[in-house]
Amino acid sequence: MPFLELDNLTKQYGHLYAVENVSLTVEQGEFISLLGPSGCGKTTTLQMIAGFVEATAGAIRLQGRDITHAPANSRGLGIVFQSYALFPHMTVAGNVSFGLEMQKVSKAERARRVDHALTLVHLDAYADRYPRELSGGQRQRVALARALVIQPPLLLLDEPLSNLDAKLREAMQFELRNIQQQVGTTTIMVTHDQAEAFSVSDRVVVMQSGKVMQIDTPYQVYEHPATDFISRFVGKTNMIPSAPGHPQRHIRPEKLRLVAAGSGRVNATVAERFFLGSQWFYHLTSDLGELTVTIPNDGSAPQAPGTVVGVQWDEANMRTLAEGRA
Amino acid sequence: MMAAAKKFSPVWLTLPSLALFLVMLMTPLTLTLLLSFNEYDNMKGAVGGFTLDHYWKVISDGFYLEIFWRTLKIGLLTTLICVVVGVPEAYILSRMNRPWRSLFLMIVLTPLLVSVVVRTFGWSMLLGFEGPINQLFVALGWGKSRLLYTEGAVIAALVHVMLPFMIIPVWTSLQKLDPQVEQAALSFGASRLTAITRVVLPQIMPGILSGGLIVFGLAASSFAIPGLLGGRRLKMVATTVYDQYLHELNWPMGASIAVILLLANLVVMLTCHRVVEGQYRRRLG
Ligand SMILES: Nc1ncnc2c1ncn2[C@@H]1O[C@H](COP(=O)(O)OP(=O)(O)OP(=O)(O)O)[C@@H](O)[C@H]1O
Ligand SMILES: [Mg+2]
Repeated sequence: MPFLELDNLTKQYGHLYAVENVSLTVEQGEFISLLGPSGCGKTTTLQMIAGFVEATAGAIRLQGRDITHAPANSRGLGIVFQSYALFPHMTVAGNVSFGLEMQKVSKAERARRVDHALTLVHLDAYADRYPRELSGGQRQRVALARALVIQPPLLLLDEPLSNLDAKLREAMQFELRNIQQQVGTTTIMVTHDQAEAFSVSDRVVVMQSGKVMQIDTPYQVYEHPATDFISRFVGKTNMIPSAPGHPQRHIRPEKLRLVAAGSGRVNATVAERFFLGSQWFYHLTSDLGELTVTIPNDGSAPQAPGTVVGVQWDEANMRTLAEGRA
Repeated sequence: MMAAAKKFSPVWLTLPSLALFLVMLMTPLTLTLLLSFNEYDNMKGAVGGFTLDHYWKVISDGFYLEIFWRTLKIGLLTTLICVVVGVPEAYILSRMNRPWRSLFLMIVLTPLLVSVVVRTFGWSMLLGFEGPINQLFVALGWGKSRLLYTEGAVIAALVHVMLPFMIIPVWTSLQKLDPQVEQAALSFGASRLTAITRVVLPQIMPGILSGGLIVFGLAASSFAIPGLLGGRRLKMVATTVYDQYLHELNWPMGASIAVILLLANLVVMLTCHRVVEGQYRRRLG
């Protein structure tokens, strides 16, 4: 029996389908990301699981129990809202402690767990502040601590790290993953950052205009995207023209190599180059059209604009998308 | 030159209201204050001079103390009932859907659209000895009772007209709430009631307090309603001031009572203001 099951879940606002026939089964302890562009229905899906948005059709089953119409306060989930939704009249510690108070946890135990949760999100020094005295990223971490502290069986996170700097975000991703592995918390995280979705999830659900487009492991989503849209959404891609009647072919920029002119599959001219720190990013013009290539910054001199280079690739890395799915 | 003009433009802009404030409010207040220190002569009325006799009389005479006590009691009870009725009403109102919300808001506001005289005579007819309520009592076999000219009648009529002053500020602070904050409380396992008492109420407390202040201030200085529904015996401070001026012709006495009422109201307001500032400024901004 799956831990959580969404069965043709649908939410309609007037004529707009915010979420349309979303089906998903989540196993106990799994980390799932909902990934998709702004407005594709990620928050709506999460809010239906949480019980704040009434599903128009379909069912939600948690451990076999139909909770589609169960009241939100009977579901026992931990939630981080996209807007944080902190209690403005309570201190940081008060916010984090609220869920424990509702569970009638003893005072001493509460203090210990609140302290632990705040340390986890690096906010132990801010316990007595009020939310309006915190920065956006600090508020977000309070929201995270508030959801984690109750150790819910299912954690719903709506872009829980969107306001953090790169370093803190990485640390929090690590913590989320850690908690999930140690405590076995099943987690559903909404994000529109593909790198984040890839780095922490067991499986990624890619959504577009309210519909699920692909459910797969991060590697599969990146290497074998089901549609043209996904291919572009989860990374950069080069379209390689093919003979008429044959399907369109794609290859990712990091699968292309720059070699000496004449020794590659095609010759190209460097139009522009960008320095990304760990990588060089090139725009090339060739007979195959515009090409983008990323080359690891291994310390060797980069190619100057105007240089003619050869472009090489392994045919095995070339992807074709099934006709009609693109 | 330009910068200086810019800097002072706020001052110029406040001039009209400042002038109005000085002429229409400060002048009569100052005159009243001065009048309250005048000596009073039975035959000649206010005769100038300086005395604290009237103030002394007000705070030492049981007759006046009773009136002040009654005014305080009626003011507080009216405020309390307005809080108890108005806050849930505002909450329900804010949860209503589109067409109903504006309709019910209009209904809440209707007492303000009816002249106080008409409204109060409506209450007199309703509560009168031969009025429909007493007829209902008779039909139920309870017999008639005197409803008019009681504190209950005054409070009922005051609550009726003051409710909008309670509901509007509470409604305004409810509008400012993020509905997701209440949802967050529910998601952490709070019951509806707990979510309201622990999360919604504390956030709208400033609204409740300012509504309460308006209601208390207006109720404690109300004149027409206690005048018409309280009758000759059931005096409140404002009606007593009126009596002193127009029946006793003891203007200095009326002035002292008015000044004391003003001071009492000010003390209540400032105390509440301090509470609000201290308690909620840091949290809710
Ligand atoms: N209460 C509502 N009434 C009408 N339409 C709504 C409502 N809530 C959401 N929508 C619409 O439903 C669609 C999905 O919204 P949702 O909030 O789920 O998007 P999202 O994927 O979370 O986007 P983002 O990444 O920007 O947060 C949007 O087109 C939105 O305009
Ligand atoms: Mg969203």
